Amino acid sequence: MSILGTRVVRTEDPLFLTRGATYTDDLTDERLTGALHATFVRSTVAHGRLLSVDASAALEAPGVVAVVTAQDVADLAPIPPPFPFINPAMTRPWLASDRVRFVGDPVAVVLTEERYQGEDAAEMVAVDIDPLPAVVGTAAAASDEVLLFPEAGTNVMASFGDPAPADFFDGCEVVVTQAMVNQRVAPVPLEGRAAAAAWSEDGRVTVWCTNQGAQQARGQFGDWLEMDPDLIHLITPDVGGGFGAKIGADPEYAFVAWLAKHVGRPVRWAESRSENLIGMLHGRGQDQVVTVGGRRDGTIEAYSIVFDQDCGSYPRIGAVLPTLTMLMAPGVYGFPKVHAQARALATTTTSIGAYRGAGRPEATAALERAVDLFAAEIGTDPADVRRKNLLPAFSEPHTTPTGATYDTGDYTVALDKALEAAGYAELRAEQARRRERGDVRQLGIGMSVYVEITGADNGAGTGEAASLEVHPDGTATVLTGTSPHGQGHATAWAMIASDQLGIPIEKISVVHGDTDRVPQGGGTMGSRSLQQGGAAVHQAAGELVDLARQRAAEKLEVAPEDLVVDLGLAGLAVRGTPGTGITFAELAADEQLLVQTRFTAAAPTFPFGAHVVVVEVDVESGKAEVTRLIAVDDAGTILNPLLAEGQRHGGYAQGVAQALLEEVLYDEDGNPTTSTLADYPFVSATELPSFELVEMATPTPMNALGAKGIGEAGTIGATPAVQNAVIDAVAHLGVRHIDMPTTPMRVFRAVQQARGGS
Amino acid sequence: MIPSPFDYVRVQSVDEAVAALTEHGEDAKLLAGGHSLLPIMKLRLAVPTVLIDIGGIRDLSYVRVEGDEVAIGAGTRHHELEGDAVAAAEVPILPYVAGQVGDPQVRHRGTLGGTVAHSDPASDLPTALLALGGTVVVQGPDGRREIPITEFWLGFFETALQADELIVEVRVPRTGSAGWAYEKFTRRANDWPIVAVAAVEGRVALANMAGSVVRATATEEALARGASIEEAAALADQDTSPGADMHADQEYRRHLARLLTRRALERASGGAAATAA
Amino acid sequence: MQVSITVNGQPRTDEVEPRLLLAHYLREVRGLTATNIGCDTTSCGACTVVVDGLTVKSCTVLAVQTDGGQVTTLEGLAGPDGELHPVQRAFREEHGLQCGFCTPGMVMAAIGVLADNPDPSDREVREGLEGNLCRCTGYHNIVRAVQAAAKAGPAAGQVPQAQEVQA
Repeated sequence: MSILGTRVVRTEDPLFLTRGATYTDDLTDERLTGALHATFVRSTVAHGRLLSVDASAALEAPGVVAVVTAQDVADLAPIPPPFPFINPAMTRPWLASDRVRFVGDPVAVVLTEERYQGEDAAEMVAVDIDPLPAVVGTAAAASDEVLLFPEAGTNVMASFGDPAPADFFDGCEVVVTQAMVNQRVAPVPLEGRAAAAAWSEDGRVTVWCTNQGAQQARGQFGDWLEMDPDLIHLITPDVGGGFGAKIGADPEYAFVAWLAKHVGRPVRWAESRSENLIGMLHGRGQDQVVTVGGRRDGTIEAYSIVFDQDCGSYPRIGAVLPTLTMLMAPGVYGFPKVHAQARALATTTTSIGAYRGAGRPEATAALERAVDLFAAEIGTDPADVRRKNLLPAFSEPHTTPTGATYDTGDYTVALDKALEAAGYAELRAEQARRRERGDVRQLGIGMSVYVEITGADNGAGTGEAASLEVHPDGTATVLTGTSPHGQGHATAWAMIASDQLGIPIEKISVVHGDTDRVPQGGGTMGSRSLQQGGAAVHQAAGELVDLARQRAAEKLEVAPEDLVVDLGLAGLAVRGTPGTGITFAELAADEQLLVQTRFTAAAPTFPFGAHVVVVEVDVESGKAEVTRLIAVDDAGTILNPLLAEGQRHGGYAQGVAQALLEEVLYDEDGNPTTSTLADYPFVSATELPSFELVEMATPTPMNALGAKGIGEAGTIGATPAVQNAVIDAVAHLGVRHIDMPTTPMRVFRAVQQARGGS
Repeated sequence: MIPSPFDYVRVQSVDEAVAALTEHGEDAKLLAGGHSLLPIMKLRLAVPTVLIDIGGIRDLSYVRVEGDEVAIGAGTRHHELEGDAVAAAEVPILPYVAGQVGDPQVRHRGTLGGTVAHSDPASDLPTALLALGGTVVVQGPDGRREIPITEFWLGFFETALQADELIVEVRVPRTGSAGWAYEKFTRRANDWPIVAVAAVEGRVALANMAGSVVRATATEEALARGASIEEAAALADQDTSPGADMHADQEYRRHLARLLTRRALERASGGAAATAA
Repeated sequence: MQVSITVNGQPRTDEVEPRLLLAHYLREVRGLTATNIGCDTTSCGACTVVVDGLTVKSCTVLAVQTDGGQVTTLEGLAGPDGELHPVQRAFREEHGLQCGFCTPGMVMAAIGVLADNPDPSDREVREGLEGNLCRCTGYHNIVRAVQAAAKAGPAAGQVPQAQEVQA
């Protein structure tokens, strides 16, 4: 029986559970002996003219070796925008020189012998800033009254799409429109950002940093530091979570490398959580207006989403997220007309990047709210409205009005499975009883049906590399360009190789995140890893068997086609002649047994599913509690259910967190008010139920494994299901919409207003 | 993040602690469990130059009956109070509320004296103590004195404690089987309460409705003159001055104070209280 | 000042700054880096260790406060022959960890939960772990792991007794 599809426990865990993983700040590499500690001095003002930075007192403090300010980096060009369509004047200085643009903007760096000395000395750097008006929120940004980059002439980083035609909703019996907020949240991987760098005498630099893709980061380092990337050895040690916020190089990482050269000593940096919550990329941050029109029989004929993306101060991935939201605007539905339009705007806040789902959760949240609003308007069960408008099952590619080509899908079955597992009819009956009684704790039932794009870089031609080598001692090594940080690739990729070679997974080591050993790779992001990196390992194993067969045929003097893989032997045997084989290890002893390959999928894949969430809302206080979460997530063929379920669970939690709890907030002066974990309401175990998972697997033809991505599905599906459930719980009181997070105060206010004041 | 440098003095007795406080004056802070003080020192919101560690004074940890009162040593940790059989029998609101403080790790370190001295208006145990009434026993260079609990908390991080005094004991009346309730409203289980209400024998105290924990005087007076729970609870926010933050504005906090007071009074009276938030 | 702290059965005396946090003492002075620091505000619990039989957040305890004490970290749980502690074993079998960063603190906190309550319900586990944050697992499998570990009996709620002082 194949190991694929079975619940294999992780090979990486024994070490993680006995000694702990080795994160960047844990490194004891000898190249870092005598490393200085970097402490960034950051702006405490959201927007202002930087008048002076006086380091004289700090330079006298114990252990201070140097204080670096903008004038020290004058020779290094500022960081250009990451995409060609962004206004080119929106560059990011390494250290602020004439202007600060968010609370957290680096102004200086203190280098000290000891870590504790850095915090003391950083307090002594006197920074004089003449405040300018802050730009908080997309409305303020769009007004262009205050510009972050006066030389750019606008706060608009980029614009996408055109306005809807004036007659877009003509002929619709019912048109519903709603402004909604997909709020800014903080990814908060438990390991914050950290980096270390050491130069060697041959002019190369070794950089360690906590990142989701070493190769991509190395390329950016090379561009920014104006270096040949071959001179950069970038290593991502164990990484304590990423969720998108560790995609791409952070300027601080590259700057640690620059600092090490500048002072001629190794340098290391690890941020505190307070620094992380203002310095690491945030996610989401869209202000949307959705309009949906259709017939009273439940048929939706036209859908429009117009939105502004808050990108924060300097352009990062956030500036391109609107394109993903627009691409996925039609979701699972066959609406004849779909319109999407967006702007990406600069504000004096932390930059926005990718966060679990990155652009797709925003599309699904808007759409699934819109469908519920439409259902409420015509007085029809939201499940029925969905069934009426879902695309019928398809196994041939389907192209949407926004140009996405879905591979396979059966959305109605997903919804029906979720509703059945939830016991939908009985839930509605219980809800009716509570409404009838006027209970304090009302029941809310919310649902969402989603489709998302994973492996979005498929078809762009890069694909993913893998190499596989069997060693004479019977072990094997996989080199992969994917970059796990919790996903379990060490186990999963070993399973794929083991399945074809018969070498036990314990004897297969998986190497990643080291640009000297794995120069090419796309990293782990966008739910791409299994369908690209895993598929590449699968391809490599097949090629290795082919290579071994040629060699074994010569050695055994048989025809290659007479040799078959003998998994028990971990080698090749002559067909029909047991006991006559040769192991891969023996072949490797004669000559290196190594294959290097690249797998390129033709197109992205489109996982889908349906979530049903049950909440209880205390209508007197407004507090909502998620009591059940039932989820169908179809990500194609599942390689290891244990790992896939783990990905789903984590996504659900983050979805519930956004719908119920989490939000990054700024005051009107641009000061962050959620900059510690005492203030930022990171979801804990007590706000979550245990989850109810329903299985569904529709293989994709895009790769031999039949796998789609699973990393982000949970977040995409759960968020609107929870929000819809909370609103559903109080819908009978007249509530139509509550923005996320659905805090007790918001829910209470919505009920109060619907009832016509207190 | 780390605290600014400080000198560290470890004392073995209350007398030594008072002597150290007298010597170091305003620059010194007492360190017991450290779970109120160290977090704000790490954020450098507090920068004491001397820490006097009283964590080693073990004879400050006890719960015992003395006449009509229960005496609790200031060094009693929350988890000790939470599991204490004497407290459970004589003043059951206290072990329950001790179990509501922070999370298990915090309760393993935090002390009653520490939370009383810190005077955070959102603190759980001070709210319960204020509803109970009783006295705070403090010791200074001139010996011991007793401060009525109702006069102890003066405002945000402000108490009737002098700079050279430390809390040695808290005394509360034995309530035995009398009804009580503690209603704590949070978004997450281990958050500080947005609002909390403690009710014991017609006395009602509120957390996070003013600069310090406060009694709901109008509610208590209404109850005393025989008003219904609903009527009395509707007065709970009178004479309070709640703050506004991301979780609740003033008006919503006032609503919560009234709602939670009603629920607490219903529960304390053995009535069919609504489920706790 | 001087502190003598026994960590995982190993006593040692070190000269430390009074402000040195126990978490940094363990990581930087004793070289035990399993204990991670995930926040500044006693919120996340990644730094949870057992001090004198009770779980604490080592980022909110000074090393000097632990003078003369016994500390157990994740590194001190497995038996001398590498046999996993019941909670370690259950975390693996139930996939209760992903990136691993919260894991050392979560495992120690789970032992504390089981010390207080040898057979906790789903809700009791969640409340017992309210001071430990995880971003990867959604807590689902952590709760399952703690309940699975409970089946191992009282050992699941205990840390190894202090070992003999090594010569």
